[in-house]
Amino acid sequence: MRGGMGKGIHFSKLYTFSCFRSKFEDEHGQLGQRGYSRIVFCNDPDNPEAVQLKYRGNYVSTTKYTALNFIPKSLFEQFRRVANLYFLVVACVSFSPLAPYTAVSVLAPLLMVIGATMAKEGVEDWRRRKQDIEANNRKVEVYGKNHVFNETRWKNLRVGDLVKIYKDEYFPADLLLLSSSYEDGICYVETMNLDGETNLKLKHALDETASLRDVRSFQNFKSTIKCEDPNEHLYSFVGTLYYGGQHHPLSLQQILLRDSKLRNTDYIYGVVVFTGHDTKVMQNATDPPSKRSRIERRMDKIIYILFSTLILISLTGSMFFGVDTKNDIRGGELKRWYLRPDKTTVFFDPKRASLAAFFHFLTGLMLYGYLIPISLYVSIEVVKVLQSIFINQDRDMYYEETDKPARARTSDLNEELGQVDTILSDKTGTLTCNSMEFVKCSIAGVAYGRGMTEVERALAKRKRSRPHEVTDSSSDLPECNDHVVDSGKPVKGFNFRDERVTNGNWVNEPHSDLIQKFFRVLAICHTAIPDVRKESGEISYEAESPDEAAFVIAARELGFEFFERTQTSISLHELDHESGRKVNRSYTLLHVLEFSSARKRMSVIVKNAENQLLLLCKGADSVMFERLSKDGRLFLAKTMDHLNKYAEAGLRTLVVAYRELSEQEYKSWEEEFLPAKTSVSAARDALIDAACDKIERDLILLGVTAVEDKLQKGVPECIDKLSKAGIKIWVLTGDKMETAINIGHACSLLTKGMKQIVITLDSPDISDLEKQGDKEAIQKASRESIAKQIGEAKAQIIARKESSVTFGLIIDGMSLDFALTKSLESSFLEVAVNCASVICCRSSPKQKARVTKLVKVGTGKTTLAIGDGANDVGMLQEADIGVGISGVEGMQAVMSSDFAIAQFRFLERLLLVHGHWCYRRITMMICYFFYKNITFGFTLFWFEAHASFSGQPAYNDWYMSFYNVFFTSLPVIALGVFDQDVSARLCLKHPLLYQEGVQNILFTWHRILSWMLNGVISSMIIFFFITNSIVNQAFRRDGHLVDYEVLGVTMYTCVVWAVNCQMALSINYFTWIQHFFIWGSIAFWYTFLVIYGALPLKVSTTAYQVFVEACAPSPFYWLATLLVVVSTLLPYFAYRSFQTRFKPMYHDIIQRRRSEGSEAEVSAELPVRVKEKIDHLKERLKHRES
Amino acid sequence: MDVDGESTSAVATEARLIPVLSGRSKAMYQFTQQSLPACKPVLTPAWVITTFFLVGALFIPIGLVSLHASHSVVEIVDRYDSECVPDLFKSNKVEYIKDMSIHKNCSRHLKVHKHMKAPIFIYYQLDNYYQNHRRYVKSRSDRQLLHGLQHNDTSSCTPEESSNGLPIVPCGLIAWSLFNDTYSFSRGTHKLRVNRKNIAWKSDRNHKFGKQVYPFNFQNGTLIGGGKLDPNIPLSDQEDLIVWMRTAALPSFRKLYGRIEDDLNVDDVVVVNLLNNYNTYSFGGTKELVLSTSSWLGGRNNFLGMAYTSVGFSSILVAFIFLLLHVRNPSLNIRAVC
Repeated sequence: MRGGMGKGIHFSKLYTFSCFRSKFEDEHGQLGQRGYSRIVFCNDPDNPEAVQLKYRGNYVSTTKYTALNFIPKSLFEQFRRVANLYFLVVACVSFSPLAPYTAVSVLAPLLMVIGATMAKEGVEDWRRRKQDIEANNRKVEVYGKNHVFNETRWKNLRVGDLVKIYKDEYFPADLLLLSSSYEDGICYVETMNLDGETNLKLKHALDETASLRDVRSFQNFKSTIKCEDPNEHLYSFVGTLYYGGQHHPLSLQQILLRDSKLRNTDYIYGVVVFTGHDTKVMQNATDPPSKRSRIERRMDKIIYILFSTLILISLTGSMFFGVDTKNDIRGGELKRWYLRPDKTTVFFDPKRASLAAFFHFLTGLMLYGYLIPISLYVSIEVVKVLQSIFINQDRDMYYEETDKPARARTSDLNEELGQVDTILSDKTGTLTCNSMEFVKCSIAGVAYGRGMTEVERALAKRKRSRPHEVTDSSSDLPECNDHVVDSGKPVKGFNFRDERVTNGNWVNEPHSDLIQKFFRVLAICHTAIPDVRKESGEISYEAESPDEAAFVIAARELGFEFFERTQTSISLHELDHESGRKVNRSYTLLHVLEFSSARKRMSVIVKNAENQLLLLCKGADSVMFERLSKDGRLFLAKTMDHLNKYAEAGLRTLVVAYRELSEQEYKSWEEEFLPAKTSVSAARDALIDAACDKIERDLILLGVTAVEDKLQKGVPECIDKLSKAGIKIWVLTGDKMETAINIGHACSLLTKGMKQIVITLDSPDISDLEKQGDKEAIQKASRESIAKQIGEAKAQIIARKESSVTFGLIIDGMSLDFALTKSLESSFLEVAVNCASVICCRSSPKQKARVTKLVKVGTGKTTLAIGDGANDVGMLQEADIGVGISGVEGMQAVMSSDFAIAQFRFLERLLLVHGHWCYRRITMMICYFFYKNITFGFTLFWFEAHASFSGQPAYNDWYMSFYNVFFTSLPVIALGVFDQDVSARLCLKHPLLYQEGVQNILFTWHRILSWMLNGVISSMIIFFFITNSIVNQAFRRDGHLVDYEVLGVTMYTCVVWAVNCQMALSINYFTWIQHFFIWGSIAFWYTFLVIYGALPLKVSTTAYQVFVEACAPSPFYWLATLLVVVSTLLPYFAYRSFQTRFKPMYHDIIQRRRSEGSEAEVSAELPVRVKEKIDHLKERLKHRES
Repeated sequence: MDVDGESTSAVATEARLIPVLSGRSKAMYQFTQQSLPACKPVLTPAWVITTFFLVGALFIPIGLVSLHASHSVVEIVDRYDSECVPDLFKSNKVEYIKDMSIHKNCSRHLKVHKHMKAPIFIYYQLDNYYQNHRRYVKSRSDRQLLHGLQHNDTSSCTPEESSNGLPIVPCGLIAWSLFNDTYSFSRGTHKLRVNRKNIAWKSDRNHKFGKQVYPFNFQNGTLIGGGKLDPNIPLSDQEDLIVWMRTAALPSFRKLYGRIEDDLNVDDVVVVNLLNNYNTYSFGGTKELVLSTSSWLGGRNNFLGMAYTSVGFSSILVAFIFLLLHVRNPSLNIRAVC
């Protein structure tokens, strides 16, 4: 190593692969072959060869459509829906003489519906386009021919361009890092947009290019990169740089990906390697899995039923028609001579009756097409979009602190929210705040820290709530004093109160040397980066995880202020306890043995000013305790005791230890470690782990830290409500079992009366086997043990089935692996679904997704996953509904979620209120839609039966076309958007109401078919009542008779009235909007009749003056309408009144109680508040007494 | 129905949360928070019973009034299609009707059983005649009826669209099959005054059938359908045609023929002299002559009144059943379910 251990050392050497190039050969040998053929001429994009390669520009378009293909492509999308396709075919056929009505009257509503959907698509796409335009027009500096950096737009960037990126700018394309403002060519990158991780990543240039830091040095810079073709692997890159007559292998370490951000580095120079859609992030952009709600899937089935009905009645019609037509000529004689069957077209030809019947069948398909509601899809879409707007607007789901409202990112799943059976929740950041606070520690067997945790408080509260138990006043005290006593202002992430340690008092403690070492480890052993504010001198930290930040902050607050990190050193301000002054201490950083979830620990190797080599290590207790040296176990028993106490209190614990290394030992180890570190094979991680394992031994225990992961506000109440609503809640967490169980207790997932079933591999036999290291034996034993435990659990559940004991299942990640194998899967699921709550601890992201899938597929019920971090993405996408918490852990989870909320507690409202409403609305809406179209369609059929099935519609063409568009659609939309069976407060007060959705009782086949039957009955009443009462006789005093047109108008009037009044009967919530739409629709029908009838004959044809001249002056018309409308409504009304009275559904009960006044809304809540206040007063009184 | 207190109380609490809000933004707030003041109807037993009783109380009177109106109408119906065929042709009526040489005279005696006040409407009624058949309904040209030969496109009129290269005026099957039985009425020795004007819709006469359109080549084809028209009278005055061209809705229908402007007394015998020209025999249809007065509700038909009364009665019945069940099952307290 050059320059010894001083500052001159090129830290990058430790990371780059410059020493061990041979390893690359196998992979790099592929360059130039298939998949590895890209050639980039650096700083020479105008090179004719480069131009010839025709790489794509940096213009990015994420839109679904372009201006050119919008029309064809979106049309294609539209007509992939069966119903739309059907209507297109109908519209085409309607130009032929087969059509029972004019083509325009079919085309117009279809165009309207398609147009509306296309407009929606267009608007959505336009938004994406605007984002693209913004991205494409961002500015970047490019090295130009005039040898200076000129500003240009992102979209003009070409492969091979040399660019300069400044601090906090996004990279415009995938770049090869040439050099940076640091002399050794490193830079920090934030990749939050890629993987959601907020920590900074270190990248570094090749030594050979790191010196190109001057604008002038690029004048003659020419080189060639050969590398892999564009691909979607974010974590691999293969390539070589030909520069200075030599090939230099490249790796991901030199690649800066588009959409990540330059941090803590003033500027970098880079060469564009992949542009635009070739960049890794764009290659990675896949459309999220499209999710369809259960309701919609069932709706498709209903559409098929209606199609079959349509075909059936068309077939019936065409058979009768065929027979009638055949009989028109019998024995050479014309029967119905007025139809001229002797001189006819094929459609009515008695000689070819079967062919005529076939054509008639097609006509029938068109005529009865009104059974299929053309506007159903578009109405549902409109309704769902409006519903989402209401979800987004809800003030009660708006989080003021971060200014984040709830966001429905997709509107497709609104009603699914009302059917959630199982919630799978992440813990950290979801149930908890993910803002860690350092609250306690145990050093050298002495426990420090007097703060009280949320969990302890919850436990204490539970104890207190029991009337007979004497309250433990000592545990109450800190609660009040907590924030008052300490004079210092509160520091975020630090809630440590102990006068023995704070303010430098630790010096007087018995093991002050160990305390010093302990905090030094906290101050040194991390990957955080300090950010010193120039004006105030305050230091904040950018850390990989909030835990780590908490440690560094704790160290700072206690006098070990970490203030500078260079590539090779870490510097602290330390309080010298002899002189009582701050001194600078710098440690040479030799190696960072990084944290991984497998290793569960991290270490650094440093050399201090005294030239001592130290290995500082912190990690999970399970891995740390076994690594202690014999001498290092001095305080082991006490520390473990403390550790368990902390875990019980729901704290996250880490064990802190260190060891001293001899120069010899270090050297020999490093020789082993470096090759491992620089290898690129798949076994790299394993090699590194093995190497690390060798040195992280014989540690000396210092103590244990305890960090509190605070529960989010309202979580226990929310979980309580949700479980009262019958929703099962599974918590999938990476935490250790004790913490998880405690969090479970704290947020009322696990209750006192609950029987806990713990499935774990943490048994002595297995750890014995582990020590022997026989992997197969471990596997076998583990599987058997898990199978046995699951079997026992099953027996337990069966045994207590009758009693009201509830179970809570706790399983750890290792066991989960076995439980999720094929053979055990089903029995595991069986146990799990019988438990009220399930906690899976120590589970990996992949396991989370697998568990989600198991629940989803295994139970066939709706699952909802909620999480906030990148590690939850799999789970969110796998579940039926993914809810992202827009918290602190980046946007990754939100980006892949269907709904985003700011706090876990909003889930309660999202599900119980919006979910329930949306479910109810959509189901009602669909049922009603079918009802109204069947009512209408069947009147056509009954009329047909009286028109010799000739295919003559009963109504004027335009009446029919406007049926679904104007006269009946708006009230349905109002129903879908505004209806509420019970108010939001009552929804929350009666969580059991939610079960209506879970059990799907509003959308059973029974209910759907009943509605359809209701439609058929209505149509019969309308047709037969009208025809029988109107049939032959005059319908006015002046002796005029009812003709085809008047009958049509009368029947249609009845249909419009009946259908709209049915709506008025079915909804539970009348605001002026509903009144406006319902009565407005009916009024519009009359208005339409008048206006349409007044239009010139050419336009109005048969509808000319019908209403004004014939119907309106006739009392008979109005009386018949009244009779028919009331008669159509009575059956439904009678059914509903009997059902609500004698077999009420849950919402009926709540509605009735409300209307009877026993459900006084405010008064029900008031006592709770009053009670709380009284409790509070009592407490204060008690304190005063003591 | 009932507006309960909840909405108002909810508004009150909301108002406390949002202290200063102008009227409009408050309405907006209520709208976006889905807490607009609303009426929330609940099917309480009281409401159910009241509604059913109300329906009954409303419908039965209406039904009785309608029935009364219907009964006040005097109607004489006389089917003459088979009686007017001479016995010789009874077995082959089609041959009879098609034979142009036979005179189709026929006279019928109608006895008035109740006083009939003028105007008495004369209708003819056809049964099993599909004027609503699609081929039939479509076979007309409204523009030709209005504009005559100025409108040449008569393709919609097939198969009766043209003869000798000129469009038939009026074209189409409907016109071609014009009903052509005629009636004249006498009481004792003197003829009754029959007014055959204003039997068609006013808008039809004024706007649908041209005042300058003359049926100059009507029924010139090889196959004669129904009646002929006087080529010297414009279509707008051919009221029989206009009435006929308003197609009927159902296969059994009446059409207005004219009005008798004299009162008929009980036991008067009206002699009808008719020409039985129209062929209903081919398709097995019937022909009836109807004389009817009218009430405010129109002609005689009990259905509406019966329907009203029966719906009214059944609604009261349902109300009683409901009441009975409700009283007998008081134990089914809703509280027990929760």
